Amino acid sequence: MSSTTTERTGYAGRPRQRDGFVGWITTTDHKKIGIMYFVTVLVFFALGGIESGFIRWQLGQAEQSVLTEEVYNQFFTMHGITMVFLVVMPLSAAFFNYLIPLMIGARDVAFPRLNAFSYWGYLFGGLFLYSSFALGGAPNGSWVGYAPLSTDAVSNMAFYAVGINILGVSSLAAAINFIVTILNMRAPGMTFMRMPVFVWMALVTNFLLLFALPIIAVALFMLNFDAVFDTQFFEPATGGDPILYQHLFWLFGHPEVYIMILPAMGIISEILPVNSRKPLFGYAAVVFAGAAIGFIGFGVWAHHMFTSAIGPVARSAFALSTMFIAVPTGIKIFNWVFTMWGGKLRFNTPMLFSIGFVSMFTIGGLSGVTHAVVPHNAQQHDTYYVVAHFHYVLFGGALFGLIAGIYFWFPKVTGKLMDEKLGKLHFWTWLLGFNLTFGPMHMSGLLGQPRRTAVLPGELGSTVELYNLISSLGYLVLFGSALVFLYNLIRSLKRGEASGDDPWDARTLEWITPSPTPYENFHTIPTVTHRDEFWHRKYAEDDAGRVVPVPAGASEDHDPAAEHDEHIHMPDPSYWPLVQTLGFLPFGYGLVFGNFWLIGLGLLWLVVGMYGWIIEPLAEGDDDEPDEHTSTSGATAAASAH
Amino acid sequence: MREHPPARRSRRTPLIVGALGSAALVLAACGDAEQNALDPAGPFSQAPQDLIIPVAWIALAVFIFVQGLIIFSVIRFRTRKDDDGSLPKQIHGNTRAEIVWTVIPAVILAAIAVPTVQGIFEVTGEPDDALTIEVIGHRWWFEYYYPDYDIYTANEFAIPVGRPVRLEMTAADLQRSPDLGVIHSFWVPRLAGKQDLVPGQTTFLNVQADEPGRYLGQCAEYCGLSHANMRIRVEAYEDAEFEEWVDAQSTPAAVPADGTLEAQGRALFEELGDGRLACASCHQVWEEGSRSPGQGPDLTHLMSREEFAGAIHDMTEENLRQWLADPNSMKPMQYEVNGIGMPNLDLSEDELDALVAYMLSLE
Repeated sequence: MSSTTTERTGYAGRPRQRDGFVGWITTTDHKKIGIMYFVTVLVFFALGGIESGFIRWQLGQAEQSVLTEEVYNQFFTMHGITMVFLVVMPLSAAFFNYLIPLMIGARDVAFPRLNAFSYWGYLFGGLFLYSSFALGGAPNGSWVGYAPLSTDAVSNMAFYAVGINILGVSSLAAAINFIVTILNMRAPGMTFMRMPVFVWMALVTNFLLLFALPIIAVALFMLNFDAVFDTQFFEPATGGDPILYQHLFWLFGHPEVYIMILPAMGIISEILPVNSRKPLFGYAAVVFAGAAIGFIGFGVWAHHMFTSAIGPVARSAFALSTMFIAVPTGIKIFNWVFTMWGGKLRFNTPMLFSIGFVSMFTIGGLSGVTHAVVPHNAQQHDTYYVVAHFHYVLFGGALFGLIAGIYFWFPKVTGKLMDEKLGKLHFWTWLLGFNLTFGPMHMSGLLGQPRRTAVLPGELGSTVELYNLISSLGYLVLFGSALVFLYNLIRSLKRGEASGDDPWDARTLEWITPSPTPYENFHTIPTVTHRDEFWHRKYAEDDAGRVVPVPAGASEDHDPAAEHDEHIHMPDPSYWPLVQTLGFLPFGYGLVFGNFWLIGLGLLWLVVGMYGWIIEPLAEGDDDEPDEHTSTSGATAAASAH
Repeated sequence: MREHPPARRSRRTPLIVGALGSAALVLAACGDAEQNALDPAGPFSQAPQDLIIPVAWIALAVFIFVQGLIIFSVIRFRTRKDDDGSLPKQIHGNTRAEIVWTVIPAVILAAIAVPTVQGIFEVTGEPDDALTIEVIGHRWWFEYYYPDYDIYTANEFAIPVGRPVRLEMTAADLQRSPDLGVIHSFWVPRLAGKQDLVPGQTTFLNVQADEPGRYLGQCAEYCGLSHANMRIRVEAYEDAEFEEWVDAQSTPAAVPADGTLEAQGRALFEELGDGRLACASCHQVWEEGSRSPGQGPDLTHLMSREEFAGAIHDMTEENLRQWLADPNSMKPMQYEVNGIGMPNLDLSEDELDALVAYMLSLE
């Protein structure tokens, strides 16, 4: 990363520093924001992991009471909320931030300050949720927050409703930002069907966020108002409907599943081809399958409610739509496998995690199909079988893919390789620990162990105790494995082997620029003529698919002179995203405690923050006039500043 | 430790649904798994079972095929030591292959979809000649009412062997409880799949046991603090035995003779004094007239049940005494916070003696 302080002088009120503490908290650089997302995720991942450790400790033996019911219920609720909203989603956002502009050949996202706003909203939303431990207890109504249980004050679920809404605003802003970035800021020649699959999956994911988040926002506001201000949306005694909440939650909640998995699918769709030394098999099929999953994902929500108060016709319809969505998922899996087919595979750590993803996700997908078989579902719903299933999808799937991405793009961010020996140790212990922890849960669930129970009953213990013990031991393996990963991250950051600019012989635009990525991303905005542009600048292939290396500098579409001397226009840092998002805290606490003064203060703060943002001056030397030179490179850079 | 009720069903059930873990665990469990979803004891749990097993085989076949492809690719297409460093043939895709792996999974899924839809209607319809039992989910215990016999009971209930039972279920009775109720789920895996109980609505579940015995289950929808302590006991009796049970449950409680410890207990049950809530303000012991249950479990035939407190504690003198002295120590509840559960009544030793004696007399 660049460590120079910009020479430009700005008006009073506009920060000028690019490095140091102020540089970080005022940054609008998508790369720095991506790194901040990543580091914050590590902290929340540790917290969520420790919570699950207590869960496994408690259930390691029948009738064990390490935690009281009260604390246990808080821990499993916070574990779910943390892993979904504070780990997997923002970790995807970290990749979106860092990679989307680089992969499409842009200098930043469309709205750099809004991007900073999204990060601070995430951070403060997370801190807000965790502050509940010190303010009367954490939410204990489970991550789905079903009404009317969650409208009861003792559930502390007002913190959940408000906290998730803060995170939701942050994600919604990010979704709009990424959609606009992908649609408008692609380098010249980067047509839709030349975009990397990761960018495609990011586009689908962010459209899902755009349509799903408003639904959960409504549901959470209703829950919040029922809990704190005595409205009766979900209160059956006065004609409210608890099932309405379930519909709203899952109409968000199921697309949310794809919001969590599609980015990881995009990541491995980049890693598998690079390390198979072949292009992705069936690019168009993978892209369209991803989009199809996005569409159908909005039509399957009630399969989370098969045992709720819905009738047999609705059950049948949602069973069919749920089975239907397995088809595009299967298409993806086969295309990944056939990407490896006929290649020359390199088993570096990112590749191992990617193959692990395909393998583990298949297991989660198959147990997912069994949920669609409604009478089958009536037995396993809300048991540990379901816990096993979604961990195979979100841990064996999403997390494996995201970790593959961390190993793969670490050199891009730092210019250093992560240690391969430690990486392989991490992978194999992670794979072992994961299967030990979650594999046995399939059995304990079918043998009758419900989820979200603070006690493993003695009479059930004789049949499921062994499975629970294996799960708990598996947790220890995972914990050790996570420490190996953390050590590898820190060690490689300090004294990792220099990677060079293109350590993997990669295919996509982000590797064209030096590693670590320079401040302005690209000295000259590349002109794109192929899918896998970078690969095509290194190699050519004949009609039979045989590879012909391209001599250096001979690529006919890459003439450095033609793109020389471009005006580089970068976004200025700003205090306002940080200042404004701080207003979420008084606003949020006001909504939780029903304090109108705090709500007023928070609203005022947010409005003042917004005006500060609007009237913020430009740094000296910048202007809004489109630069004549930039028009030659697709007007991408100019649009990125404000 | 709670004692295990004796296993009355000894048929070994081979479990063939492998845990689809890395090692594809295939394990066998014995028949003492009384909450085992894979050991059906009646038609409404057999229907899920009839789908679970074939679907598991299909899933296993797909699993082996896909993992086989992955493992084969990894071995066959690894970069070999003597590799010349050249790139492999660049294959971009194959339309025919795409069609194949779109159509074949679709056909497999369609084959699963047909029995699925049949199964949905099979288990939800109202069976002929069914016995109706109303189920009310409270925080944190289940209440059962037999409209045909005017019987109330809690945690444990009886059904006749071989006859379908239609459960009409809701959460909390708004007429008599300030606890408006939350969603629960009734699940006795060996008798049927689960069905939620929703406040303000009625949901239905068919259960049937084809062999006499004791069937275990518990609440399966998270319902707050003591969700884990909300268990279900079903006693399936042959017809004659079931009639006996019905007769016993439809008889009013005997009034203890004057001057006995039990009679003192009965008086305290009605009136505790010192501004303390009396037992009778929430619990009923039915002696005459019509039954009108309170907010808490009906205690008329308390001693006919083997367990209490959400069926988590054995019905022993020692346990009852501890329960009356400090209920929260035996099952966490929220009476002090929002009036849900059993309060601590600050009973003296003498009061405890009398009340426990009275409870033990409620046969």
